Amino acid sequence: MTRIEFWQGNIACAEGALAAGCTFFGGYPITPSTEVAEHMAAKLPKRGGAFIQMEDEIAGIASIIGASWTGARAMTATSGPGFSLMMENIGFAIMTETPCVVVNVQRGGPSTGQPTMSAQGDMLQVRFGSHGDIAIIALCPATVQEMFELTVKAFNLADKYRVPVFLMADETIGHMREKIIVPDTVERVERKPFVAGTPAFRVTDPDNIPGFPAFGTGQHVHVTGLTHDERGYPCATNPNLHMALVKRLVDKIENARDEMADYDVINPDAGQVFVAYGAPVRTVMQVMHDKKDTNIGFLRIRTVWPFPEKALAEFKNAKRFIIPEMNLGQISREIERHVCVPVRSIPKLGGELHTPEELVAVLEEKA
Amino acid sequence: MSYDDWFRKDRLPHIFCAGCGNGTIINCTLAAIDQMNWKKEETIFVSGIGCSSRAPGYILTDSLHTTHGRAIAFATGVKMAKPDFNVVVFTGDGDMAAIGGNHFIHACRRNIDMTVVCMNNQIYGMTGGQGSPTTPKGCLSSTTPYGCAETPFDLCELATAAGANFVARWTSYHVKELEKSVKAGLETPGFSFIEVLTQCPTAFGRRNKFRQVIDHVEFLKSHSLLKAKRDRLVEKHEHVPEDMFVVGELTRRNRPALGVKP
Repeated sequence: MTRIEFWQGNIACAEGALAAGCTFFGGYPITPSTEVAEHMAAKLPKRGGAFIQMEDEIAGIASIIGASWTGARAMTATSGPGFSLMMENIGFAIMTETPCVVVNVQRGGPSTGQPTMSAQGDMLQVRFGSHGDIAIIALCPATVQEMFELTVKAFNLADKYRVPVFLMADETIGHMREKIIVPDTVERVERKPFVAGTPAFRVTDPDNIPGFPAFGTGQHVHVTGLTHDERGYPCATNPNLHMALVKRLVDKIENARDEMADYDVINPDAGQVFVAYGAPVRTVMQVMHDKKDTNIGFLRIRTVWPFPEKALAEFKNAKRFIIPEMNLGQISREIERHVCVPVRSIPKLGGELHTPEELVAVLEEKA
Repeated sequence: MSYDDWFRKDRLPHIFCAGCGNGTIINCTLAAIDQMNWKKEETIFVSGIGCSSRAPGYILTDSLHTTHGRAIAFATGVKMAKPDFNVVVFTGDGDMAAIGGNHFIHACRRNIDMTVVCMNNQIYGMTGGQGSPTTPKGCLSSTTPYGCAETPFDLCELATAAGANFVARWTSYHVKELEKSVKAGLETPGFSFIEVLTQCPTAFGRRNKFRQVIDHVEFLKSHSLLKAKRDRLVEKHEHVPEDMFVVGELTRRNRPALGVKP
């Protein structure tokens, strides 16, 4: 059974979290993400969960990491300035393999920038912003429906891979309202069970993911952001141990790149191929609808990190990739790494969507 | 059980310097916890960064050694998600009063049910002896080479003003009193804060004429003014010595608390 609603994107995100079994939200208000927190504040206490408004975003993400170790599905939501404050504890979550979901409803930066305007300026920050070599998972919704579905997916990926997963929305999708089909139940992937009595961070499977020894289960696990051995004990001066740990933390995500790739391919034989994620998807869809030309291809990406490079290879006749983004070409650079044909970035800052005319003008450029 | 059963023995030896007071404080805390009949699997130790924050690594429970200054914020998440857990935070003056100051006052304000033990050695020990927000005026550190020019925090007054239910101060000399106060803190619903002034011969003592550990402990003893005595002096309008610090149970009240066991 399903039901039809007319929801704002941020509400769909919060409802997706609740459907996924999120029982803890810790955060700090910030435009344009605040509706997520407000909705969780209203709903969680009635469902036996906990909502807490922390003193800043640093504490917000700290609280969800603490909650996650009790076994709870935990989430926070923020936007650029708050996201910058979270960088340190994002690294802590990566190092300690703590599942959690961080929603970033992106607004115009740098700094306080444009609090109420849309942007995609944090796409490289999410990938590289925390210090050290890291790998994370980032999903980008382009519809209110996807705000719901990708939030559910974010929890499943976080629990499966034991990593912070980012819902990298934008103000456009966060604040628009549209029809959404809400399912009664959603898929739930659990954390890998822990074998009692074994070292807390021992990995025995080729997926590089250890079982999860939740607090309170008698395992006496020590969780530290220091480089640690498989018991979880600090061991910060052994070069081989550090290399092996960081390599494993990166490999468990990067090696699953194809497995978690989530994208749509439209007109794979086309010569000119749009690539988009988030709000610019909608402008590309308009152009595809207006033009009805099989020589115009479209790669619509939902899993932006790890980047699904195999998707680009599906366009065998591609002469050019065209990337409209609400930043100065952050993902265009990633695409340039993977293809041998020209990559045409269509950057746009300021908070307004690309217009179909802007994209058509690029399609009609002389090569 | 004895407090000895709470140690994670395969982690020993510890990293604390010879003469460090942190071990004394850990012992007193565990001795108090041992009297609570708490189950190990329901007791969580949380810490930030610094010498003090290594303590949970030596204790045989689930433990969360977090980022600098953020221990109380992490602990808040643990406690709010699982109010059944007993949550104890080990922190230090740099960790809690400088980089973590905001989390500290907000946890006091929320009066969230946890106990915070602050090992105040008045210096950044682990990074080699820089001045902290509790370094006394005039004291030498590697970043106050001409004497600390700033006024130190009174952490207990701060905790009381911000709303904590239980506040006490002792020193590494007052082991029996400290154990009793930690136990009282553990028993008090809401936020309990115990500050323990302690010696750091390596980073503080060396620069401040306390090269011998016993000299610093003797100083802590001789400069402690019991709260009861201070109160008597105040009552009689007599002079309260400025160079002494008040020790004892400073605040105990029953304001509404957050995250208390159902």
